[in-house]
Amino acid sequence: MTKWLEENTPKLVLAPSFLAVLVFVYGFIAWTAWVSLTRSRLLPKYEIEGFIQYERLFASPRWDTAINNLFVFGILFIVIAMVLGLVLAILLDQNIRTEGALRTIYLYPMALSMIVTGTAWKWILNPGLGLEAMVRRWGFEEFTFDWLVNPDMAIYTVVLAAIWQSSGFVMALFLAGLRSVDGEIIKAAQVDGIPTWRVYTAIIIPSMAPIFLSAFIVLAHLAIKSFDLVIALTGGGPGYATDLPATYMYAMAFSRGDIGQAASSAMIMMMVVFTIVVPYLYSELRSKDD
Amino acid sequence: MKSYLMGAVSSVAILVSGAAVAGPEAEVLHWWTSGGEAKSVAVLQEEFAARGGTWTDMPVAGGGGDAAMTALRARVLSGNAPTAVQLKGPAIQEWYEEGVLADISDVAEAQGWADVLPASIAGHMKCEGTWCAAPVNVHRVDWIWANAEVLKANGIEMPTTWDEFNAAAEKLQAAGIIPLAHGGQAWQDATVFEAVALGILGPDGFRKAFVDLDKATLTSDKMVAVFDQMRTMRGFVDSNFSGRDWNLATAMVMNGEAAFQIMGDWAKGEFLAAGKVPGEDFLCLSVPGDGFLYNVDSFAMFDVDGADKIAGQELLAELIVGQNFQKVFNLNKGSIPARTDVSLDDFDSCANLSADDMAASSANGSLLPSYAHGMALRGAQSGAITDVVTAHFNSDMSSADAVKMLADAVANSM
Repeated sequence: MTKWLEENTPKLVLAPSFLAVLVFVYGFIAWTAWVSLTRSRLLPKYEIEGFIQYERLFASPRWDTAINNLFVFGILFIVIAMVLGLVLAILLDQNIRTEGALRTIYLYPMALSMIVTGTAWKWILNPGLGLEAMVRRWGFEEFTFDWLVNPDMAIYTVVLAAIWQSSGFVMALFLAGLRSVDGEIIKAAQVDGIPTWRVYTAIIIPSMAPIFLSAFIVLAHLAIKSFDLVIALTGGGPGYATDLPATYMYAMAFSRGDIGQAASSAMIMMMVVFTIVVPYLYSELRSKDD
Repeated sequence: MKSYLMGAVSSVAILVSGAAVAGPEAEVLHWWTSGGEAKSVAVLQEEFAARGGTWTDMPVAGGGGDAAMTALRARVLSGNAPTAVQLKGPAIQEWYEEGVLADISDVAEAQGWADVLPASIAGHMKCEGTWCAAPVNVHRVDWIWANAEVLKANGIEMPTTWDEFNAAAEKLQAAGIIPLAHGGQAWQDATVFEAVALGILGPDGFRKAFVDLDKATLTSDKMVAVFDQMRTMRGFVDSNFSGRDWNLATAMVMNGEAAFQIMGDWAKGEFLAAGKVPGEDFLCLSVPGDGFLYNVDSFAMFDVDGADKIAGQELLAELIVGQNFQKVFNLNKGSIPARTDVSLDDFDSCANLSADDMAASSANGSLLPSYAHGMALRGAQSGAITDVVTAHFNSDMSSADAVKMLADAVANSM
């Protein structure tokens, strides 16, 4: 009996969470996939009708906007947040005196909810209340900064707010990475008289590759599931210029009673996530086999 | 002796508890949780209690009813629907098709609803010939609200055609006043759009386009003209309108910053709450053109088990359409009663105008459901139209492109 317990305790302990994941993650993915093939409207129906919902989805200009926005937002957000985070981390790594305080200040936005970030930036960027009004009151009457209400530029305000929120977190990740590089190598390089910028580009940054990957994965999933920031900052507007796939899905499922359409958009979102995560998992698993 | 006594006591206890559960019962799902609305629902609760009923309140606020609809879906799927749910327009028939609505024809016929409700509004309350919902109020959507002082100072009359409106707006713009107070949210864009469409297409064209989804009307030259007028209107709003709430736009009219607002009569509540007098401080007029666009709130009755619940449902339906509730509720909410035989002496001049127009429109067939407020079409179709309207209003899309997109979007939403 004890022997049996010894052998099976890990399995028994893991079983409930395994079961929960099986049902609530994979089970519901399968359910959503099923519903996305039906003509469900207000309530789910289960007669399979083929790919009608996907055809409707790809014929919808609003979905086009949402997907384009996802790429614009995702790429800009990930690249800029990583570059900015790296620069901040390198600057903080110069043994400056107030590092602790500065680190906290940069990390603090991460403690806010996206709703707070979105609302604060909505006020800052509102042409009638925020930055534009302030600069105009200083006497620069011609100053305009109306990205928030300009349908062509509004998506960049979402990028701006998201970067403000997340770059401090990326900085903290990179700072930890910088500190983990072997000091001996750096000292050896310095003895050889290699300039500091070369030390960073040729030694430190390449040795931080795993950190880059982690930062990328964290930021990519933040970008794809972004919902609350858009809702608080622009409400998807002007028009639907800042719609993202997540807000599209919400509108279909909860405002319009079009569950089939929502399910098909959810499946596409999942596929986008998979194209990012699967190569990562593959490389992780392969490196373990080596 | 002792056991006999015990028996007597327990049988009394059973009788008492039996009496407590008997009597009408109702669980009511609604999202009237803000000031005036909550007060209005409380009136209904009191009346219900006075007739011996037990009311279980189930208010679910948030998302303009989205949160309540999500709660409703969960309740229906688990086979435990509430007695009555705040639902409106074609959503009632959509739920009926899921086979979950009750038949309250007995009450409706006993109370003579067919004689006191306008025919087109009664149509929304019926599911394949049987009554399945009870109307609460009639909001008129196609109103223009104006600041009386601003109009007077600039020598402008309330416009009765869209050309007059455009001329007045240009004059105001030259005088440095924002002609049209507007909030750039999709539903507000849609509200202005349907008001313009009613004026330009006329009542028959409006019905063909937004009730029957007739393709020829949706792609007609008149629809291009509707979008042209929307483009003109875009020039009359201030540059900071994006995302503004409707009540802030109303406040702009109130304090003279802007002259006009096109909005349903819930805007009147804002004026009245600020102590403004209709006819003196602010003016109300229907938008140019004939017709009357209504937004009717109602309670749909769901299939429930048990005599006490069915009794509660019937009592609730009777009270909702009863004269007293229709009057008190609508005084609080700013709308007018759905039944036409309620005395309007206590109502203001705008409400009286609304009631007169409703009677006239009902007689000549121009009493029409509002598409922007979910009365004319199901969610998927009205949402598809709103997408096009708001995309056109918030970009430099041409009217011809918008009309083509409109036809495609409607076809794609089926």
